[in-house]
Amino acid sequence: MSVPSQLDRRAAVAALLKDRKNTLVVSGLGSPTYDLHATGDRDDNFYLWGAMGGAALIGLGLAQAQPGKRVVALTGDGEQLMGLGGIATIGVARPRNLDIVVIDNQHFGETGMQASHTGRGVDLTAIATACGFAATATVRTLEEVQRLAAQLAEPADGPRLFVIKVRAENPPRSLPSRDAVFIKNQFRAHLGFAAA
Amino acid sequence: MPSPKPNLETRASDDWPSELYRILKAAEVRQMSYVPDAGHSQLIRMFSADRDVITNVLTTEEEGIAIAAGAWLGGQRSVLLMQSSGVGNCINMLSLSAMGRFPLLILVTMRGEWAEFNPWQVPMSRATQPSLEAIGLKVMRAETAEDLVETAEAAASLAYESDQQIAVLIGQRLIGKKQW
Repeated sequence: MSVPSQLDRRAAVAALLKDRKNTLVVSGLGSPTYDLHATGDRDDNFYLWGAMGGAALIGLGLAQAQPGKRVVALTGDGEQLMGLGGIATIGVARPRNLDIVVIDNQHFGETGMQASHTGRGVDLTAIATACGFAATATVRTLEEVQRLAAQLAEPADGPRLFVIKVRAENPPRSLPSRDAVFIKNQFRAHLGFAAA
Repeated sequence: MPSPKPNLETRASDDWPSELYRILKAAEVRQMSYVPDAGHSQLIRMFSADRDVITNVLTTEEEGIAIAAGAWLGGQRSVLLMQSSGVGNCINMLSLSAMGRFPLLILVTMRGEWAEFNPWQVPMSRATQPSLEAIGLKVMRAETAEDLVETAEAAASLAYESDQQIAVLIGQRLIGKKQW
């Protein structure tokens, strides 16, 4: 068991993405989607409202299709726990432009704040290391998040997974569109692809 | 009267995996993901040797649904290969394809329906088509090599040009009996 983090998730995500430039971001359902939207609605955000366990793998398909751009899958501990196998798949695929960032409050915040595995000894960075990720880290303070933001801009030899431990609370929701076709077409138009 | 000459012309039935590869390449597929199946082994080998296609081996089939959506967000076409037992693993993730109207082409080799030795393949075999249709996919079936080639071409066009979510079920009768 670790000491609960006091880091505010909205402040952490804002600091992480402050200088994201042309980084493409996919957000996992629940709080990470609200956190991403709260930093400002952008055409290069793809917000999930479902497909639990899929955020990092959407990131993989996207990173493979856009090798010249950095891709961040911004997700939560519960969402990533449902996609543990995907960490192995991404480790084998070894994209050099994909980072998974887990906003880890050690709880299932959307469903009543039940405790998740990550507060009970399960370490997602250790799993990613064992799956061959190029770099992993766990951070707990805003200063560390700021350093992490700078690290995200640096080239990598393979996929990276970072855990940001945050306080378990639900800030006021910041809701993006739930129309996935609209979000998809907006995202693709940003990359220069026409809608069908 | 001379005896009838055997037909020595190469038929699709001799090499339908090569035909599938040709169709998917013609459709400009750039990513392929799979959980292995003996029926798909030749197609997996052909894609794995193709430097223009990125191949992902999956731990569970639903991962391929998410990869295909991400590929399309980034402007590429993806195909997913699995056997019928894997369809059950995909159901909730298929919400993504349905809600986002993401082009999706899944080639499913059927088990548990024809000369099957392993009874554990039977329940999911029976559930494959109804569960895919329940989550909103269009299901197309082929029982002969000739039909499979035509079906796969039509399915690729429907998926990638009309943004549809398609599963092509390849009958176990076509794949042949597994040797135990």
